[in-house]
Amino acid sequence: MAFTIQFIIDVLSLGGAYALMALGLVIIYGILRLVNFAYGELIMVAGYTMYLSSGSGLPWIVMAALAVAMAVVFGIFTDYAAFRPVRAKSVTAVLITSFAFSNLLQNAALLFISPRPRNVPLPPIFSQTVEIAGAITPVRNLITIAASIVLLAAVAYLMRKTTLGIAMRAAATNFTMARMLGVPANLIISSAFALSGFLAGVVGILWIGRIGTVVPGVGLEPLLVAFIATVIGGMRSLPGAVVGGFLLALIDTTLNYTLPQDLLKFRDAFTFTLVILILLWRPAGLIKGPASGQRT
Amino acid sequence: MKHSYITAALLIGVIVALVVGTELLGIRLYDRIVTNLLISLVLVIGLQTFMGNSGLLSFAHIGFMGFGAYTSAVLTIPAQMKGMALPDLYGFMTGVEVSPLLAMLVAGIVAAIVAAIVSYPLMRLSDAAAVITSFALLVVLYTVMNNWSAFTNGPRTLFGLPKVTTMPMAAVVAALVVVVALVFKESRTGKLLRASREDEVAAAALGADIPKLRWKAFVLAAFIAGVGGALWGHFITSFAPKSFYLKETFLVITMLVIGGANTVTGAVAGAILVTFAYEGLRGLEGTLNATAAGAGQVVGLTEIVLAIAMIAFMVLRPGGLFPTREIGHILARMRRKKETSA
Repeated sequence: MAFTIQFIIDVLSLGGAYALMALGLVIIYGILRLVNFAYGELIMVAGYTMYLSSGSGLPWIVMAALAVAMAVVFGIFTDYAAFRPVRAKSVTAVLITSFAFSNLLQNAALLFISPRPRNVPLPPIFSQTVEIAGAITPVRNLITIAASIVLLAAVAYLMRKTTLGIAMRAAATNFTMARMLGVPANLIISSAFALSGFLAGVVGILWIGRIGTVVPGVGLEPLLVAFIATVIGGMRSLPGAVVGGFLLALIDTTLNYTLPQDLLKFRDAFTFTLVILILLWRPAGLIKGPASGQRT
Repeated sequence: MKHSYITAALLIGVIVALVVGTELLGIRLYDRIVTNLLISLVLVIGLQTFMGNSGLLSFAHIGFMGFGAYTSAVLTIPAQMKGMALPDLYGFMTGVEVSPLLAMLVAGIVAAIVAAIVSYPLMRLSDAAAVITSFALLVVLYTVMNNWSAFTNGPRTLFGLPKVTTMPMAAVVAALVVVVALVFKESRTGKLLRASREDEVAAAALGADIPKLRWKAFVLAAFIAGVGGALWGHFITSFAPKSFYLKETFLVITMLVIGGANTVTGAVAGAILVTFAYEGLRGLEGTLNATAAGAGQVVGLTEIVLAIAMIAFMVLRPGGLFPTREIGHILARMRRKKETSA
């Protein structure tokens, strides 16, 4: 019983974080059909903002809000630096500019801050544990679950009920048509980047809360997770991203518990093999998005 | 077709000129830089055979380079050194020691076989999904190299490879690769693949089996990367898995993109240009580190400048320096224009 609860909490907390990461990537992909390679660096930006503000004596929650705000700012900045100038050109051009931009941010952190890990301030609650029906769980896992439920609900509400969300979904289905009906293209794209940055900022705090330190390469693993989750779930679909995130967490956690120690090092390779199998079965991912419109 | 011969002759001419010029100068540092450049050339052209013809960006290339380097290492490290260099190596492998040239060929074949198996399902994907999975593949290849201690000595540095790569040897391999890439480009597979790059639906309607075409190009690219990796391994003689990861990937993609991914000429031009820029910037970093203000703290400056250059290129000249035509083709056209105007 205790094991079952432990397992469920592990899957849900990891899956919640994964789902948020994947969602941030798909929001942009859905509208622009473009992958943002600099997405992981938004998490890094959030982490370094926390580190840089740690000496300021502000309450933790203010620092966290500041970190999320910086991630939003850099998200919009990504749009202006790497996407807007080449958006109308080839897909490959944007992939390359966003990859270059990701390298730029990482090396800027390397040059101006430090290649060595930096401690990030965390409230004591992040390192405490609680016991639920015999299963000992770190509180941060429960915080992650709560945060992901709240955020997923908020994003669902935003996408379904607000004008902005409806406009974004319309743009994702058929961008040209949406523009003709008066949806301002640049505003929608910038809001998508802002929302993506917001999700990256929150995930960044939760993710770095697990590790406790931030390094220039911290964004790579979340980026990879988001990539794989979106490919499993379906690149075009927001629910698909969430499903993909939870499924990937389920696969990862199961492998964590079942693989022997000397094979555990290869976990990523096993996960990826499973992803290939899923893609062989459904090349478009588990959930198909809206019928494909033209890329802008 | 005829202008392909001109292109091959000119590109090989450039390689020969570089080598002869360096031999005449006789400065050891330049020797190193040019050898490095020639190895990069092999890797960049290898990537070009896939990316240029299929139009898909592949991140996994450097992973296959790593596989090639490690294969060659396991096969050539002298038997008496194996106990120290690779303490966990499987028993039956400890006695194996083959000539480095044969090992380089085997390295290419091993990389190609691995690529053939893993890429078969992946080539069905297009656009973003293909790029993303190639990125994931790079991470997986890295994970394997980092953890398969028996063959790679884990994340620790592997040493003891015989130093056999010389500048002329690297030049010969680079020249061969130029020829292979041009032949592949003009082959039936290459032409059909480029048709699919321009218009997937139209090419498929003409009967092109796109996943299979891409798969062939990917395997060829992996073979070249494997050989390039082995060449590099026998030049540098000690390395760790982290040499085959994002930093190298970034560099190779920068070279190809700045030169122009669609042409072999572009790959050569990009490799030369970026290598010189890279060495110049590294020198500048070193100078800054030696001053009081730098104090050994300047890292990443080179990458920042290269990243900005790459973005600028994408904005101003998205096809790179040689976006569509090979150098031979350009010259042939110029001649024809002169004739018609005269």
